[in-house]
Amino acid sequence: MKGSIMTSSPTFDIAKIRKDFPILSQIQDGKRLVYLDSGASSQRPTSVLDAMDHLYTHSYANVHRGVYQVAERATNAYEDARSKVAKFIGAPSANEIIFTKNATEAINLVAHSWGRANLQSGDAVVLTIMEHHANIVPWQMLAAEIGFEIRWVAIDEDGMLDTSNLDVLLDGAKMFAFTAMSNVLGTLTDTKALCAAAQKAGAVTLIDACQSVPHMPTDVVDMGADFIVFSGHKMLGPSGIGVLWGRAELLDAMPPFLGGGGMILNVTKDGFTPDGVPGKFEAGTPPIAEAVGLGAAVDYLNELGMEAVREHEVSLTAYALRTLTETVGETLTIYGPSEPAARGGVLSLELADVHAHDISQVLDEHAVCVRPGHHCAKPLMRHLGVNATARASLYIYNDTDDIDALAEALVQARDFFSI
Amino acid sequence: MSGLEELYKEIIIDHYRSPRNKGELPPPATRTEGFNPLCGDEIVIYIDVDSNGVLSDIKIGGQGCSISQSSASMMSAAVKGKTVAEAQEIIGGFKAMMSVHGDALGDPASEATAEPEVDLGDLEALKGVVKFPVRIKCATLSWNTLTQAIDEATA
Repeated sequence: MKGSIMTSSPTFDIAKIRKDFPILSQIQDGKRLVYLDSGASSQRPTSVLDAMDHLYTHSYANVHRGVYQVAERATNAYEDARSKVAKFIGAPSANEIIFTKNATEAINLVAHSWGRANLQSGDAVVLTIMEHHANIVPWQMLAAEIGFEIRWVAIDEDGMLDTSNLDVLLDGAKMFAFTAMSNVLGTLTDTKALCAAAQKAGAVTLIDACQSVPHMPTDVVDMGADFIVFSGHKMLGPSGIGVLWGRAELLDAMPPFLGGGGMILNVTKDGFTPDGVPGKFEAGTPPIAEAVGLGAAVDYLNELGMEAVREHEVSLTAYALRTLTETVGETLTIYGPSEPAARGGVLSLELADVHAHDISQVLDEHAVCVRPGHHCAKPLMRHLGVNATARASLYIYNDTDDIDALAEALVQARDFFSI
Repeated sequence: MSGLEELYKEIIIDHYRSPRNKGELPPPATRTEGFNPLCGDEIVIYIDVDSNGVLSDIKIGGQGCSISQSSASMMSAAVKGKTVAEAQEIIGGFKAMMSVHGDALGDPASEATAEPEVDLGDLEALKGVVKFPVRIKCATLSWNTLTQAIDEATA
């Protein structure tokens, strides 16, 4: 297999990894499926599917309710997953891990709960122009209600965050919510430096780590973050589960988000007493099998080693930047940082005069799956002056064959529309 | 590439490369914006409806893929100079070809005109889009926006 030449680490055997993902072995119109949309949602290995299946076939019951053995096993499996996730991101305590529906809900949780309790008219929240709508709209909704100001950190020409006036933007700000890695440009932000700057200014930080946690080692303490959010389905886990991590003292002081069963200590006709964290923020029956699946996904990633995952993606990104530019030529624009080490494996592509939808249509004929559109980052797209790009995003199961197939399909698209 | 050629007929590419009636109309023309939230395509339609109920002028602005842009271009050529009633018949005919009925477009009124015998001319080239369900929204964006523009202009 041609792809094996890229394997820098002896433990990173892509052919073996691909065997763990049944969906990738399918043939579409006689062609090998080339899945380059993990930035939107990853695929999951058999071990994740088996873990969920096993729970449903042997140990399924609601959690934190029954006293019978099956219920106890279900509760343990759910809480084990919480511990695994905590360890995976270096969280000091598993109780600081809140399971949500997705990362979007996690941000909404912080905006509603922390935001309502701490933000007032005249305050400021700082975002970056690179944010996904999930880290923009919840703040805009709250700003419309409370009347605080939203300030924006810009990017430079290479797609890196422009921190030259960060101190001014953070002056008097109460919250700095930013991405660890742009889902459009692949740009990595210096989370540690940004958290330090926010802390100096007295602002709380929320990191949208959806694109970084699945792809590189994460240590929330080292970052110095107050809150981070990410989703399960982008890191080999199932959809329907997301994670909020927050520092214990912040979570303890926050009012509940959703009300209902499971989040209370006591309810009377006159009112209720909320449970402690994490229960306070997990109203209703949680995504039980999804948590177990996420735990299995964490096991799978730990087995590979996050350093090795990152190393694989940096070298594959470097190969992609080089190959696509050489093969497709000048008509192709690749957005984002030119230096592979400064970015993740997300390649936003524009082929002169061919709309992203049309590119993606031709790519689909070659069984190459990419995402066309604005990637839920319209302020960034407007800043870049494009209304849509075709985005190829890489993960552990992608190899140089996938990149070669992408390059070949882009050439076909270019020639089909004869530009 | 046969599937692609069925979708991207020559006339579609021609309208994409040389869009008809591109531009803006000054007030008091009706200006209506349409968005495809999935892909970020934006379209702006300007229409003039004169006192005889004739769609005397139409201009199209915005950005989009070849399907949405060619559909808008062909639409503008098809409805320009027609009465509002005639234009609505063409809209109904096009939506029927796209196999989308009133409810799906949030416009129950067009249900009645779902299967008319309308000569769509060049627009027939877009029939291939039906085989690519994701792209139907691209093809119908300008038509839904025109429906809205006519409603606003004749309100």
